[in-house]
Amino acid sequence: MKLSQSWLRLTLAALLVAVLAVAGCGGDSGTPTDNDLSGSIKVIGSNTVTPLTAVWAEDFMAIHPKVNIAVSGPGSGVGIASLINGTTDICQASRKIRPTEINQAQANGVDPYETQVATDALSVVVHPSNPVSQLTIAQLSAIYTSQITNWNEVGGKNASIVAIARDTNSGTHVFFKEEVVQMKGLPQEDTSLEYGPSVLFLPSTSEGVEQVAANPNAIFYPGLGYVTNEVNALGIKKTPDDPAVAPSVETALDGTYPIARPLLYYTDGEPAGVSKAFIDYCLSDEGQEKVTDVGYVPLH
Amino acid sequence: MVERRASTTAAGALQQSLRRRWRWRERVIEAWILMAGVLAVVVLLGIVVLLLKEGLPVFAHTPPWEFLFGTHWYPVSEPPTFGIAPFFVATLWVTLVATAIAVPVGVGCAAYLSEVAPTALRETLKPIIEMLAGIPSVVMGFIGLLLLSPLVQSMFNLNTGLCGLTAGIMLSLMSLPIIVSVSEDALGAVPNEFREASYALGATRWETIRHVCIPAALSGIAAATMLGVGRAIGETMTVLMVAGGALAVPVSPTEPMMPMTAALASGIGNAVRGGLQYQALFAIGLILFIMTLSVNLVADRVLARQKRRFGSGGGR
Repeated sequence: MKLSQSWLRLTLAALLVAVLAVAGCGGDSGTPTDNDLSGSIKVIGSNTVTPLTAVWAEDFMAIHPKVNIAVSGPGSGVGIASLINGTTDICQASRKIRPTEINQAQANGVDPYETQVATDALSVVVHPSNPVSQLTIAQLSAIYTSQITNWNEVGGKNASIVAIARDTNSGTHVFFKEEVVQMKGLPQEDTSLEYGPSVLFLPSTSEGVEQVAANPNAIFYPGLGYVTNEVNALGIKKTPDDPAVAPSVETALDGTYPIARPLLYYTDGEPAGVSKAFIDYCLSDEGQEKVTDVGYVPLH
Repeated sequence: MVERRASTTAAGALQQSLRRRWRWRERVIEAWILMAGVLAVVVLLGIVVLLLKEGLPVFAHTPPWEFLFGTHWYPVSEPPTFGIAPFFVATLWVTLVATAIAVPVGVGCAAYLSEVAPTALRETLKPIIEMLAGIPSVVMGFIGLLLLSPLVQSMFNLNTGLCGLTAGIMLSLMSLPIIVSVSEDALGAVPNEFREASYALGATRWETIRHVCIPAALSGIAAATMLGVGRAIGETMTVLMVAGGALAVPVSPTEPMMPMTAALASGIGNAVRGGLQYQALFAIGLILFIMTLSVNLVADRVLARQKRRFGSGGGR
């Protein structure tokens, strides 16, 4: 008797979970009119874009109380894999989708559609006590390939460099590798270069910033929105002859900052339903104002 | 007479129906237990088959020896390179540090609780130590990140406190409760006659613990150690947070490193189902599985030999 009762309870619990899950997976079924927009969507991907998406999602849900937006930021790679596997509505990414990934997506019947929602000036930060205030792309490449291992080789103290990077889930990991480590667009460009053996790979951007804030010899590359007062953003020189440009909204907008990058949303085909309403909100004047608040660079 | 016979048959019928009902219940329960046993075996076999099916195809791209001894892991490059030697060595270092700390401390603590501490103290301390096992590993990761790593960095004068040593120390804290609890149970199961005989021969308390109780409980202590080692090999979140995650083959535990579990966890999210990286990660899972399996097999062998030796020594 007791056994059957507990089984009944278990079955009921399972049923409840199932009902909730089905309710949660409603997707874009809501009607896309402004007054009674309802439904829930998932946004998965870039750790860099997450603070921005979170602000947009909160404001959008305040305007449309029947809409539920779930945001998570394990990394652009995770977002793109989720898009390919069909487990997310919107993928947020801090790097462009690769041709191989587009092929994988199409093989799964998914047609990636790209929308740029903001721009980021990828910042290189060090501890405030570090006398180094600017680096060239080539120096950064040498640091992250473990060829330069001491700060005195780039004009700093005699101390070992602790080079910190994001793990392979991260779009920033890939963007920085292609643009900086492999020196894309420079005469020395070498696509065979990889992160060096002594680089530390950390699972989140905020952990990297915390490590730099606590370690006088560390260097890391967060998105502009993650730069705090506890770390010092370096000026970046494209070549030794160019002037050093500090990352900021202005330098990213006028194109002088060498490692600015688009922040992107990917959807399966053109966005529709709640996803479309949400992305339209992100691109509106009101949405773009939030971009500056979070610390990234608006589109216009 | 007739009446009496009728009542006997009625009682017999009742008894028989009861017995039938019992037999029916018995059969249901037996079937239930059999099903549970079969289910466990099927699920286990399923996991092995899944690991093999998803993991083996990567060896068509990277031959097994290159996969095992290769020192470069670039899964998101074009073309990708898969070599897991750095992860393998990192796992060995972290487990070694964890075991080297947790086993002496854990067995010492168990000996104190079982042989020295008064009953009231033991009954209070043991549950508290066992509660340590319930601390989520992500919390241990935070403690390692915020408290232990700066300490390790300044104590050993390192460039960064995120290293195998920090991870190993945190893991030792996480496997201590298991080691203490299981070893204490083993020591508690040693018959009192052993101790009395030892004291009767004039042995001190330390000599009794050292030469009688611990050898007698050795099989349990070895089991506890293996459980601790298993926990250390398999733990993921803490090592992901505090081990540093560098790709070099670590030559000392004070270097940043990425154990196998951390490599799996940090890579599985962006691996597309069926892709090369996905297969490579499953192959790492397969190797982890083989590692724990062989640790258990070796432990079994050692245990059997110890028991035999101890048995011939005349203790039991």
